[in-house]
Amino acid sequence: MSAQMKIITAIIKPFKLDEVREALTEIGVHGMTATEVKGYGRQKGHAEIYRGAEYIVAFLPKVKIDMALPEALVDRAIEAIRLAAYTGHIGDGKIFVSPLERAMRIRTGETDSDAL
Amino acid sequence: MPRVRWDRFGAALGATLVACPALAQDGGGKIDGADTAFMIAATALVLMMTLPGLALFYSGMVRKKNVLATMAQSLIATALVSLLWIGVAYSLAFSGEGAFIGDASRSLLAGIGIDTVSPFAKTIPEILFMLYQMTFAVITCALVAGSVAERMKFSAFMLFCALWLFIVYVPSAHWVWGGGFLQKMGLLDFAGGTVVHINAGIAGLVCALVLGSRVGFGRENLSPFDLSLAVVGTGLLWVGWFGFNGGSALAANSRAVFAIVATHLAACAGALVWSGLEWFQRGKPSVLGVISGAVAGLGTITPASGYVLPWHGVVIGMIAGGVCYWFCTVAKYKFRYDDTLDVFGVHGVGGIMGTLLAGVFATRAITASEGDPGVAGLLEGDPHQLYVQAIGVLVTIVWGVIGTMATLKIVSMITPLRVTYDDEREGLDIALHGEALHQ
Repeated sequence: MSAQMKIITAIIKPFKLDEVREALTEIGVHGMTATEVKGYGRQKGHAEIYRGAEYIVAFLPKVKIDMALPEALVDRAIEAIRLAAYTGHIGDGKIFVSPLERAMRIRTGETDSDAL
Repeated sequence: MPRVRWDRFGAALGATLVACPALAQDGGGKIDGADTAFMIAATALVLMMTLPGLALFYSGMVRKKNVLATMAQSLIATALVSLLWIGVAYSLAFSGEGAFIGDASRSLLAGIGIDTVSPFAKTIPEILFMLYQMTFAVITCALVAGSVAERMKFSAFMLFCALWLFIVYVPSAHWVWGGGFLQKMGLLDFAGGTVVHINAGIAGLVCALVLGSRVGFGRENLSPFDLSLAVVGTGLLWVGWFGFNGGSALAANSRAVFAIVATHLAACAGALVWSGLEWFQRGKPSVLGVISGAVAGLGTITPASGYVLPWHGVVIGMIAGGVCYWFCTVAKYKFRYDDTLDVFGVHGVGGIMGTLLAGVFATRAITASEGDPGVAGLLEGDPHQLYVQAIGVLVTIVWGVIGTMATLKIVSMITPLRVTYDDEREGLDIALHGEALHQ
């Protein structure tokens, strides 16, 4: 039985991506996938005004980052993301952690924690 | 040999001179190299205002699914109106003695030889004067498209351009610039406050009312696709306006430069006032506000540009920024008409104000020329010019409404004016042109 692995998914403000990546690299996270996404939570979009016409933009641009980690790193990673992505304003985002059953590196065929 | 051919044109010109005493009196112009060079450049600048200026300005403000269709309207207006202009429209506007319409003597450029000059521009070749005026007809028709953007059928728009050119634009150009009754009355319209801006604005308003609002107007997000395109378009319009207003002096002279300076200052003042009002009211000065104010200033100074002092341009631009801002952000929603890109709010309102303000600010020192004492506006103590300007505005509005209604009626008997509900939902790019912007 290999060591436990987790997937961390974080939704953050797009302009915080670089800071979050740096913070994660510092604690030893080697890779991640970033996706441009749209969504809303409590922030509930924003209003744009064009020549007096007000439009509510419900879905706001966000960045979703996914990374697979050995369980031992998870707490530090969560804290790193939280500190780096924090602005204190509404819409800073969320972090989700879920179990990861298997992993494989395509080039070498290594599996599970060796593949991370 | 070309020589023989030009002789034939010369004979045609001779016949026109005999038939037309005023022309015979004034027609002895001598083509000037500097004026010709300047007017070639001015003509190119005005064409640049439509392609690519207006095409970018407009298409940046519509939704992504209608970008190509909006550009297509500027393109097709250029192609269609240019050929019709050379065909017979130029002749009807700028030849003949009629109070209401010219004659067909210049149809297909008949009688225009290599050394022919028009009585309206005696130091440049008439063919260049014809071309310069063509670019005005082109942009006026293209401007109207902004009010019906995102919903008018392409075929209906083409028919509209072709008919409206003859029903509204050509008579108006003749009345104001081609020796018609408004010109004889002394109406001041240096570069198209009535002929271009009131006409386009009124036509835009009538079209928007007849076609009805876009699907989702007032409920859905109809926000602009890419304002950066509109900013680039505004820049091209702004620069092109130097040819539009400066070129309306029809010569490379001080008056052209004074017109350009007033024009530039009005654009700056309009941009500052509109965005300042937004800043004050909404907390943020929007980029769309800056460019809208600039275009409002440019449109409003146009009729007055060659008659006023530079600082008048600043005042006129400031008034334009404030009043057009109110029309585009308050009046439109109060009266609930969907003038998509504010052709009426910017050009119509600007043209009306500018034409009236020309009667307020007209300055003898600028308007006087050899043998002409010039015109004094209200500011110099003479209310008469303002009265003439008001008549010009009224006539242009009334004819604009009647003519545009008639044009739309005729077009609608041939083809529906509007795309179907589904086509509008899908977007005009795919529905009308089979093309789309891709990521």
